[in-house]
Formats: sequence, C-alpha cells, structure tokens
Amino acid sequence: MKLLREILFPLIAVIAAFIIGGIVVLIIGDSPIQTYKLLIGSAFSWPDGIGYTLFLATPLIFTGLAVAVAFRCGLLNIGAEGQLYIAAFAAAWVGIKFGGVSIINPGTGAVVNSPYANLPMLVLVPLCCIAAIGAGAIWGGIPGLLKAKFGSHEVINTIMLNFIAVALVSYFTQYHYKVPGDAIMQTTEIGTRAHIARLGKFIPGLPERIPLNLAFILAILACVLVYVFLWKTKWGYEIRATGQNPSAAEYGGISIRKQIILAMAISGGLAGMVGINEVLGYRYRYYDGFSADYGFVGIAVALLGRNHPVGVFLAAILFAVLLRGGIFVDAFTMKVSKDIVQVLLGILIVLVASEAMFRGPLKKFGLMKKIST
Amino acid sequence: MIELRNITKRFGEVLANDHVSFKVAPGTIHAIVGENGAGKSTAMRIAYGFYTADSGEILINGEVREIRTPHDAIALGIGMVHQHFMLVEPMTVAENIVLGAEPGNAAALDLKTAAAEIRKVSDEFKLAVDPHATIETLSVGQQQRVELLKALYRHAQLLILDEPTAVLTPQEVEEFFAILRRMREQGKTIIIITHKLSEVLAISDNVTVMRDGKVVGDVKTSETNAAELARLMVGRDVLLRVEKPDAKPGAPVLAVNQLSITGRDGTRRLNGVSFEIRAGEIVGIAGVEGNGQTELIEALAGLIPGSHISGTINFEGNDVTNADARRRKELGIAHVPEDRHRRGLLLDSSLAENTILGVHYRKPAVAGIGDVMLDEKGIRKRTEQVIRDFDVRPPNPMLPARALSGGNQQKLIIGREFELPPKLLLVSQPTRGVDIGAIEFIHRKIVALRDAGCAVLLVSAELEEVTALSDRLLVIHTGEIVGEVDPKTVTNEEIGLMMTGSHK
Repeated sequence: MKLLREILFPLIAVIAAFIIGGIVVLIIGDSPIQTYKLLIGSAFSWPDGIGYTLFLATPLIFTGLAVAVAFRCGLLNIGAEGQLYIAAFAAAWVGIKFGGVSIINPGTGAVVNSPYANLPMLVLVPLCCIAAIGAGAIWGGIPGLLKAKFGSHEVINTIMLNFIAVALVSYFTQYHYKVPGDAIMQTTEIGTRAHIARLGKFIPGLPERIPLNLAFILAILACVLVYVFLWKTKWGYEIRATGQNPSAAEYGGISIRKQIILAMAISGGLAGMVGINEVLGYRYRYYDGFSADYGFVGIAVALLGRNHPVGVFLAAILFAVLLRGGIFVDAFTMKVSKDIVQVLLGILIVLVASEAMFRGPLKKFGLMKKIST
Repeated sequence: MIELRNITKRFGEVLANDHVSFKVAPGTIHAIVGENGAGKSTAMRIAYGFYTADSGEILINGEVREIRTPHDAIALGIGMVHQHFMLVEPMTVAENIVLGAEPGNAAALDLKTAAAEIRKVSDEFKLAVDPHATIETLSVGQQQRVELLKALYRHAQLLILDEPTAVLTPQEVEEFFAILRRMREQGKTIIIITHKLSEVLAISDNVTVMRDGKVVGDVKTSETNAAELARLMVGRDVLLRVEKPDAKPGAPVLAVNQLSITGRDGTRRLNGVSFEIRAGEIVGIAGVEGNGQTELIEALAGLIPGSHISGTINFEGNDVTNADARRRKELGIAHVPEDRHRRGLLLDSSLAENTILGVHYRKPAVAGIGDVMLDEKGIRKRTEQVIRDFDVRPPNPMLPARALSGGNQQKLIIGREFELPPKLLLVSQPTRGVDIGAIEFIHRKIVALRDAGCAVLLVSAELEEVTALSDRLLVIHTGEIVGEVDPKTVTNEEIGLMMTGSHK
C-alpha cells in the first residue's frame, strides 16, 4: 500500500502532464499522437535511442540523488550545479597533471604547463574519481558548514557558490589549462589513462561512438549505496531523523550540526560524480559550460522521484527520454518545436509540487481511501 | 439553543462521530467530556463549521441550519475559543479582537470605535483587559479573556470552549469560572469541552459524555459524580487516585547545585536552583507553565548548550554538567519530553524507528562490522517488547507514529525510555492529551519504576497529577524553587499561592 501511494501521485502527474501537453500540441496545430510517438519512440530505438537516453540520464541520476540526500536531512541543495562544475574541473585537473599531459603553446612550442606525474590507469582513474567526488563534497560541505556554524541559509549560500564555482573554473580554464590559441573554452585533453570505458566496449551492438560509459554503472551503484546508507545504516538514520524533526533528533543525542555538514558533503559528492561521466567518460576534458542545468534539473528529478533512489532513477530516465525525444520532435513535426519538452516538464513539476491539491479530490473519488492515513 | 441530531462524521477508516445527538438548553453551561479521540472536538468543530458532517443536522433555536464554514457559525451567533489561542502576538488587544470584522471603511481602520465597543463588551461581562496592550505582554489568563472578548464582540450567543482551563493556575480557573457564571447570567449559552471531571462538577449544569464517537451519557451535573462520569467515559471502573506504597529513598542519584539558565533571548529562565533526588523517590515540580520547568528538564537532559548554563549537575557522583544528551542517556538518564510531537517522536517514521531514537547507534539497534548497519531483527524485537509491555495500540511496528492516538504515542515514548533502563527518569507532562485509561496505566508504570529503585523527576501542569504521584513536591515560580511541600498534606490553595509567588 505504501509503495502504491508513493508511486501513484508521480504517475498521475506524468499522465496528466501528457494530457495537458497533448492539448497544447493540438492548439499549436500538430497531432499529439504523432508528436508523442516521436518524443517517446525515439528514445527506445536500438542502439542510438537507448544509448543516448541512458547517457543523458546519468548526470540527472547523480544530481537527483544529490538533491534527495540533502532533502532527507531537511536541506535544499540548489548548488549541485556549482558542485558538479568544480568536480568536473577537479577530475580534469588530476587527469591532466597526473596523467602526464604537458600543455604546449602550438605557436612557440614552449611548455606552458607541465605535469606532476604520469600515473598508471589503475591509480589515475580512481584518483580522478576521488578528486571529482572530493571537490564536490567540499563545495557542498561549505554551505553545510556555514549553516551549522552560523545558521546562514543553505539555499542562499549554495546559489551564491554556484556563481563562484562557474567563475572560478572558467578562470583556471582560460588562463592555465587551455591550449593557447584554442578558440573554445576548454582545457587540454586529459591523459588517455584517465579515460573510462564506454559501454559499447562490453555490449555487442552498441557502438563506442555513443558516449554511454561506465559512469552509468556507477550511477546505478550510487542509487543502491544511497539507499543502503539512508535506510540501513545508523548514519542514514541520523540524517533522516534530523530531516524529519531536528528537535527530536537532538533529543535522541544526534548532533544536528554534524548531520547538516555530512548531508551537504555527501550531496555535493554525488553531484560531483557528474564530472566522472562528463570528463572521464565523454569529452575527456573540461569543457566550460558543459552542464545543461543538470544541477537544477536534479531538483525536479528528486521531486518527481520523491527523494528515493529508485524514484530518482526512474525520474531521471523519464527526463532523459523527453530530452532525447525533443530533438526528434523538433526535426520531424511541422509546428511543434522541442520546447514542448520544457512545457511537459514544467507542467509535470507544477503537478508534482501541488500534490496536496489533488489529495482532496482523489479521496472524494474513493481512490485514496485505503491508501492515505 | 443548539441541538445536534444524528451527526455522523468519518475520517477514512475512523468513525469520529457516530450518530451524535444532544441538546444544549439556552442560558446553561453544558460540559462535553470524553477521552481523547472520543469525538467531542470533532462534534464541536462540526458545530463551528470547521468540518461538515457526513450526515445529520444541526438545529439552532429549533431551526435546521446549514453551517458550512466558521463564517456561517459566527453569523448564527456561535463563537469558539480554541485550546491553542489564535492571537497575533505583536498586535494589540483591540486589533486582535476586530481581526476579520474590522470596523471602518475599505481603506481606513476605525480602531477608536473598535476600542469603545470593546470597552462596552468588557464592562458588561467584567472582562477587564486594556484594549491597547499588545498580546505578548499579557498573561495566559488575560489572553484567554481576549479570546472570549473576540467571540462576544461578534455577538456570540453560544460559546464553545475547548479545554479552556488547561493553561490556567487554580486561582485563574476560579476567576475564569466566575466569568463563565456571569456570562450565563447574561443569557449566554456555553459549551465547555474538558477532561477534568472536578471542573465539570464545579461549573456545568449538564454533561454529555462521549466515548468512541458516540454519546454514552447525558446527565444533569447535580445528579452525578466523578466516579460515574469516569466510568461512562472509559467504559469501566477507573482508579481516580494513584495507589502507591510509601517511598523508600536510597542513595542520592541527582544533585543539582545553583543551576541557572539563560534563554536564547538573554533572559533568566532558571535562577540558582538546587535540589537532590534519591533513588526510589518521585520528586514533583509544581508550577504554572513557563516558569522554568521546561528549561530545567532540558538542561538535565543535556539539551541546553553549556554556554547558557551555570551551576553544576551531579549524577551518581559524577559531574555531568558538560555531558551531551547522548552521554547522559548512556549513563542512564531517560527523558520523556513535554511535547511529544516536537521532541519525542519522528512522526512519519515507523514505531520501530521511533523506539530506537537515542539508542540507534548501539546494540541491539545495530550489528555487523563497526556497528554501522541497523539490525532490523534487533530493532523489531525491542519494538515488539515495548509494544507488548506498554500496550501500544495498534501493535504494528511498521506503522508511522503519526497513526497512533496521543495516549499510544505517549506509551511508546515512555516504553522506549523505560527500556534504557533508566536510573533517573525526567518526565514532563506524562499524561497531557492522554485518555483516562492510559493515564492510569502510565501512573502505575512510573510508580513501579520508582519502586524498582529509579529516581524520578516529574513535571506536570496538572496539579492533581503531581500531588498524587510525588513523594516530595517542589514549587517553582519565575525560575526559582519557592518551597517544598508535603504532597500528602498540602492543599491546592496553598500550592496555588506558591505557584503565583504570592505566598507569605
């Protein structure tokens, strides 16, 4: 029953969003069925549809989990965006400096930036991952620390740290880790030993040009770990108790301050794992402004996924399906553009957020009689 | 004046009101008594338009009326004073009273007319309050008068009062009853919801008793007594007095020396308090709420930061003044907090998760390497034991705490704390909002714990409770212990005077 209740509302919201979206499509002057066929169908073709959809879902799983963990502690992490930028850059930095990459000025031939070491893959990849997670954790932990120490609100601080993060990594990219003369704002490539394998390497029929990589497996693993951590360990219990009722947690001998810092650091670390997907598995460099608002979409993913790892996983897949399908709607319909995806996501979020509004009517129809207490 | 006919209201599975019918005669004080969850508040909320009944009708002065919102109720001359006052603290008395019915035109608020009108009403009923005082400067008793004025200002003929005496001192209760009697003389009709039988007998003309959503008795106050009412409420004979053998105090367990506490706002909450509790005795603290009891208990439980405390707390010979809440629990200091929703429970978590709060990091709640993983079997066993020993209903460890009634929530908390097992029990308002059957149960458990050699510090706003349970009774007023009395011989009047600081 509890499971049904957890799933029912998001499900109703999704269906309702599609119905309203369909009406919008009709008004614009296209066939809703045709549009939806493109929108959803194109995500499930093999290998491109599925491969790209899962690739697009990967960062959203990480950021969705990040927001969910913070939320379970009663915190709103709006800073996943900044955390993942810092993390991606940190991963790239390790990949360059410890991956034996020298940055050479192509004009003069002079070495502008030389590496510290050229580590073997078995050391370098974990080191890059740790750098990403660690950098994200620190960037997330700062607002946690500020809240615990001074009581300053994490929403304000995470938003502000987003700006700082973006500016900071842009600066380092532009002035220290770019190949001189490169017109694109990106660092030089990381050492090849820092690359992680694309799933095409292991799955027959999936070409390696599709950037779906081991980070996706890591994302699934992260879902499992977050679940176990939150619900099966004493630490998770303390975080959830703090989120539910800080006064009661305090009464139970739990240090609220510690939980706030811990939850924000874990949240930041999870957001930072986006950097692994992006840098080690996809572009093999830090590319400025790479995030398609992953950090913010993660909030919606967590909301739709009810801050539960399974829900986050499913919601991230749904978002990825729509984002992927949007491209095809753009190309193959007469009037509807890919903005229809934003319309759908917008409606969806409004519906999920206003869940309370639907409780009453649903109860009236007897749908919720057994389910709600 | 008002009549309820076959009012039925269902909340999900729960039948809150089952064909509730009763009549309130005009110009009388009518008490509605019943245990928590008996449906008395639901019935009154239906009468006031907060809820609409699934079936049944309400008659006002013999006519069937539709009351869909509180607005309808007010228009029909019904006023309601809630247990928790609905006042805007930084605003003045006059502003609060006119709120929602402001005189003047759309743009300007005519507070002068309002103040004059309020004076008129307050003179008529001898409800003296300064219309220009701000609410936060008023005592609880005065705030209650403002609530009454609010209803009278709207020309209420029928006043519904929900647990009006819960926050008052014995003297204030007397004054309050005098006001009610005056209002009755002026022709007002009053419905008073309460669970204090002595007050029912003191003030009401008629009593309606409810149990399990049904009316189980409708009697004239002059023709009944406390024992009969209690039996009707619970459905069986109830022990109204706590039966306990004399205490056999052992070695001192807790020694508090010159304890002072400063609040977050910098005000003194507790001033140089010293006392001692021995093993096997219950020390009660009587006092009007908000005189430092909360702070005292929280300080002893380790919930007030050291920087706000001066003086020492000694537990079994060890200085624990600077020990945190976890450490104190480990030493054997259990704490039943006064506000179970705010402090005591994770309402959305299961009973199982609630029974390990505070001991969640050690065996039997955890197992495995480094005691990191929660041990579901161990937790379940402990929960089932608490549920069994403390008769928590329904006995389902996976149910969220929210789903339990107040009494069962309290039994769960007490059971959890008794499981520690404690050497010192700090217990605050153990039976607030708990039904009579559970009160009896909780009292017996506390006495049994005492007899097993535990020291108990009891704080309660219910004077009857502290005097009945305590072996020694301290009276607190404005953060100071103003005296110790013998609970066996002391009268309510004596304690009442000490509680208000006006003794000697």
